[in-house]
Amino acid sequence: MKFLWFHLMPYPDLPDDFKDKHESVWVNIDPGLFDPERGHEVYNEYIDELEFAAEVGLDAICVNEHHSNGYGLMPSPNLIASILARGTSDAAICVMGNSLALYDPPTRVAEEMAMIDCISGGRLIAGFPVGTPMDTCYAYGQNPSLLRPRYYEAIDLITKAWKADAPFAYNGRFNQQRYVNVWPRPVQKPRPPVWVPGSGSVETWRMCADNDFLYAYLSYFGYKASEAVMKGYWKEMGAMGMEPNPFQAGFLQAIGVAETRKEAEELYAEPGNYFFDTCLHLSPRFASPPGYTTEETLRARLSSQIVTAANRSNRFSGSGINRGAERKMFDEGHIIIGSPDEVADKIREAAIDLNVGNLLMLLHFGNMSRDLTNYNTRLFAEKVMPQLTDLFEDEWEHKWWPEPMDAAKRVVQSEAAE
Amino acid sequence: MSAMTERTVETSGGSTRVWEMGTGDPVGYFAGLHGLPAWLPLLDSLSAHRQVVVPSLPGYPGGYDYEPLDDVLDWILAARDVHAASGLGGADLIGASVGGALAAEIAAAWPDAVRRLVLIAPYGMYVDEEPSIDVFAQRQELLSSIISAKPDAYDSYVDTPDGEDEVEWDLTRFRAQMAAAKLLWPLGDTRLAKRLARITQPALIIWGADDQVLPPSYAQRFADAISGEASVCIIEGAGHKVEFDAPDAVADAIGEFLNET
Repeated sequence: MKFLWFHLMPYPDLPDDFKDKHESVWVNIDPGLFDPERGHEVYNEYIDELEFAAEVGLDAICVNEHHSNGYGLMPSPNLIASILARGTSDAAICVMGNSLALYDPPTRVAEEMAMIDCISGGRLIAGFPVGTPMDTCYAYGQNPSLLRPRYYEAIDLITKAWKADAPFAYNGRFNQQRYVNVWPRPVQKPRPPVWVPGSGSVETWRMCADNDFLYAYLSYFGYKASEAVMKGYWKEMGAMGMEPNPFQAGFLQAIGVAETRKEAEELYAEPGNYFFDTCLHLSPRFASPPGYTTEETLRARLSSQIVTAANRSNRFSGSGINRGAERKMFDEGHIIIGSPDEVADKIREAAIDLNVGNLLMLLHFGNMSRDLTNYNTRLFAEKVMPQLTDLFEDEWEHKWWPEPMDAAKRVVQSEAAE
Repeated sequence: MSAMTERTVETSGGSTRVWEMGTGDPVGYFAGLHGLPAWLPLLDSLSAHRQVVVPSLPGYPGGYDYEPLDDVLDWILAARDVHAASGLGGADLIGASVGGALAAEIAAAWPDAVRRLVLIAPYGMYVDEEPSIDVFAQRQELLSSIISAKPDAYDSYVDTPDGEDEVEWDLTRFRAQMAAAKLLWPLGDTRLAKRLARITQPALIIWGADDQVLPPSYAQRFADAISGEASVCIIEGAGHKVEFDAPDAVADAIGEFLNET
């Protein structure tokens, strides 16, 4: 099983009364709440935490893209990923990912990801999300009806550009380029592995299966909330005649490890509260721009013939967790907490139940300090991960993991500096 | 008063519902947000003296699939094709809200196709100093109170009638919102202002004094930008759906305009 250390990079100093005085953490959040000098500290701390995770042996470090978002300070995940490509030597660099419809032309993504793949010596995982309504339609003004067609066309253009052995012309519905010619070329052949974070729509599952992409369900509400979606995914894969290889799927989980369950409860209640109560304070006005959800999916939801799990448990909010509701947060598995053995048992149970071989983990969540984050990360790496790392490995081949250059050929930053 | 009749006309983009009522010189009507899920009292009043011809635009109830329409030019051509196929060439044309933006485009691009133009709170313009609200970022349960001064009545108007399939009816309403968003996203500015000076026909601009969506001050901006003789009529107690909120006042203003010019 693979363990990916995922940073959302929340702004840690939103005021205690944020939820009462502000409409939303996303889209129209007050820019006056951002102190750039604090931003300087926070970015550096967060990059340290990602590098620490790589140092103690996590399989991958992971960044993502959000815009106008108080809990996600990475409008450009590629900037952070390029720093990590230099600052680490072995961990995979998972950019989860670039919202493809926002790049005009999308060959920009092919180029930047090829750069990261070269700098890192072939350690890139290329994440291709369609992007949330808040990021794409509201913050970036994308036409909701055209977002998905643009996204699918961008995937086609980028993957063709990576594989092409000569410049080619592209005449798409949205993109017209006489000369598509990505320099530099990615290290990984024919392309870096592509992972698709999704919200549980059948059309995305089929697209992943057709293109040999990995599907990851990224709910902030943990393994219990992911269950219906992942079961639906495997059912659909079965119907399509695909083998149930757990390495073709991922899910997201917040985790807090301590020596004992009691200590974990004490340590992780406050950052959990900050995450669920403040960071996920999101206005419902920005949840469903007309056209973002396809008519097919709308019909399915309205007719209740297929009540999608995504509909029942909104990925972003709606769980109704209030400050001080630690019981709910912990007991319902939004955050898995406990001693290393307890955490390992829960993860094993969830991974087997969901048949998922890639765990994207929030070991930093909310307003956790660097010390607590690194404590959590170290305990996980030293005492939890070794108990689980063999899971699925005997039975299945991981065909969606980066294939870097030989270690001997790779430049290590500290040596290069000497 | 004669009964409303329905026919279907064909265009290169697809087939479209056309509702008609009354006799006399034809006058066309392009509906606004939500299209026309049901007949409007305003159209009854207009049909007392004229043949009212109401084609559905793509994406709205009775219209064909809007999915292939990518940009403003696609929408303008689709609207003109539907307009021509309905036999409205050279007739007076009324357009409300999103339908108003497209009616103005037809008058600007094909001067002979529109005799006189009535715009009811038309979309198409965005003014930095007087921003319109984001009608596409509202809670569904509050939408009626934002677009209409009679939200309860408006809710009843768009609600599923007896005998209709609820899912299909809801989808029809959502589809109309998607179609509006596809043309108007994100600001409602279709760059129509660049083309308003091409409109040389007489024009009447009607606005609800309580329009929460598009500021009533836009009315004079439209009138000023149009080259033809243009007058403004602001109707008290009416919101963005002025044709729904105040059908008698709107019918009177249109009747007066069409008789006098």
